[in-house]
Amino acid sequence: MNRINKLFKEKKDKILSIYFTAGYPNLNDTTEIIKILDECGVDLIEVGMPFSDPIADGPVIQHSSNVAIDNGMNLNLLFNQLDEIRKITDIPIVLMGYVNPVYQFGYEKFIKNILKCDLDGLILPDLPLDDYINEFKPIFDRENLSFIPLITPNTSEERIRQIDSNSNGFIYMVSSSSITGKKNSFDDKQIDYFQKISSLSLKNPTIIGFGISDKESFEQACKYSKGAIIGSKFIKEISNVNLNESIKNFILSVRS
Amino acid sequence: MKYNVNSNGFYGDFGGAYIPEMLFSNIDELRKNYLSIVEKDSFTREFNFYLKKYVGRPTPLYYAKRLSEKYGSKIYLKREDLCHTGAHKINNTIGQILLARELKKTKIIAETGAGQHGVATATVCALMGMECVIYMGEVDIERQRPNVERMRILGAEVRPATSGSRTLKDATNEAMRHWINNPDDTHYIIGSVVGPHPYPDMVARFQSVISEELLGQLKKVEGRDYPDFVIACVGGGSNAAGIFYHYLENPKVKLVGVEAAGLGVSTDKSAATTKLGKKGVLHGSKTLLMQDENGQVTEPYSISAGLDYPGIGPLHAHLFDSKRGVYVSVEDDEAMNAGIELSRLEGIIPAIETAHAFSIFDKIDMKRKVIVINLSGRGDKDLETYIKWGKY
Ligand SMILES: Cc1ncc(COP(=O)(O)O)c(C=O)c1O
Repeated sequence: MNRINKLFKEKKDKILSIYFTAGYPNLNDTTEIIKILDECGVDLIEVGMPFSDPIADGPVIQHSSNVAIDNGMNLNLLFNQLDEIRKITDIPIVLMGYVNPVYQFGYEKFIKNILKCDLDGLILPDLPLDDYINEFKPIFDRENLSFIPLITPNTSEERIRQIDSNSNGFIYMVSSSSITGKKNSFDDKQIDYFQKISSLSLKNPTIIGFGISDKESFEQACKYSKGAIIGSKFIKEISNVNLNESIKNFILSVRS
Repeated sequence: MKYNVNSNGFYGDFGGAYIPEMLFSNIDELRKNYLSIVEKDSFTREFNFYLKKYVGRPTPLYYAKRLSEKYGSKIYLKREDLCHTGAHKINNTIGQILLARELKKTKIIAETGAGQHGVATATVCALMGMECVIYMGEVDIERQRPNVERMRILGAEVRPATSGSRTLKDATNEAMRHWINNPDDTHYIIGSVVGPHPYPDMVARFQSVISEELLGQLKKVEGRDYPDFVIACVGGGSNAAGIFYHYLENPKVKLVGVEAAGLGVSTDKSAATTKLGKKGVLHGSKTLLMQDENGQVTEPYSISAGLDYPGIGPLHAHLFDSKRGVYVSVEDDEAMNAGIELSRLEGIIPAIETAHAFSIFDKIDMKRKVIVINLSGRGDKDLETYIKWGKY
């Protein structure tokens, strides 16, 4: 059983997942941020692989991606940084990003590096399902890696079922039709959507992401799913000068 | 058909729909409906009506006598510059706005580089009474002022794209983000044969009116419906796709695309995608893309805002890859000189995008051949750039 399946088996609610962009604020903060998040009791970590043209992201993640790229972040370096991550933490870690950098790196080499670093899964929102099934799924199934798909309020039931049957780990339920970093409180339409998804009895658990920014929105999201993902707000809160304190304060403010 | 799109939305290895789930339902709606809509009689009738009465089609095929004499070939110009709004772009926007109406969309967004597509979109939005938001890079807003004001006069809102190189690529990013945020009532009119399937095919079909007219026009003057060479500039590649379209499967016709080399392909200021690009994924399709070794997209450069894009449409990537098409690149200075030359020899000041297509006579041997050059747009919008360049 991989770490993600184990997490969802052992913990039934209030799962907190944090997204951050690798290489931000400083090039070599990656392992330090993971370590601090683990110490704070975060359940799952999404490490963002920066891309120059992140079309699904708002200004905060656009900015962190640009800074990270300017700092010199790339996949070779990221895998070097994560090479010994399992010596310091057993927290589930997934990589998240856009197709092009992964495609240039080479899909096979990329998967080899995920296995070498003993990471747990991948979120690649602009990878078509067919490409996943053809290029990734056989190895992901064999090696018990998680491929985490997104669904949105506009995803049809038929497609949700297709996505659910082809993935493993959890489903990333995008809270509303939006890019990342837009503040929102859930309206009736969104709550209907969350409830509809619960009623589908999917194979995979769901976590809500996009627009989760504080204790209130986190707890509200947890009412309708196993947990939530915070990205933009977390990145905004990381302080360049005091990584440890800024991260701890933020997680405490969500979790207390 | 070897060179046109297949049923999965691919041209050879290129194309597809590489989009985040947030755009899936919109793209899927288009994919499922576009062919049945555009093939309906009522749609064709209305599309043709507006092309004729509003755009001013068919555009003339003009024999460029003095240019022909100078280069020792028979050079014809397909006069897309005479279309309403001054470029071929409006062929596509008429088609897409009728399609948007069929899909019950009420708001329109678009990206623009040179502003020609923005103007063409703002124009059809005024015509159909739809709300219109145009994204345009800050740099392009500066260098294409007249078009910005034209869009505003037409009632569109022009929003600056302030990220990255602040040109066409970034305007496209912003338009896609806008669409993710507003998927239900909004249609995104992409301005070239780029983006996720079915856009490249849809835009190529709307632009294919250019080569459809050319078949008959050439037959009349040359006794055969095809030339030896068809030449067009390539930004994303829509005017080229339109004039290549009916000749894709005719091996007697050499297809020549002209890209912007900017300050030169060996400098870091260029937009010559087939020279400098590798296979990659941007704006929803797998295509040739200028990028660094880590897959980060390179900021392109060209004096011409409409060619200042780091990729080309998947059709062109396939034509290049399969060697069906020949792609040459032309530097800023060469293009500007060709623009002046066309002005002096034929009395036509071309758009700077278009001027690139006129500077290839010393790059390809076409002596005594029948050549058609797509005169994709007129140069009114570029006067400031011509003036700044100054060598005339
Ligand atoms: C006159 C003209 N020609 C060509 C282009 C390039 O676009 P495409 O390659 O899609 O024809 C533009 C784009 O703005 C244009 O305005």
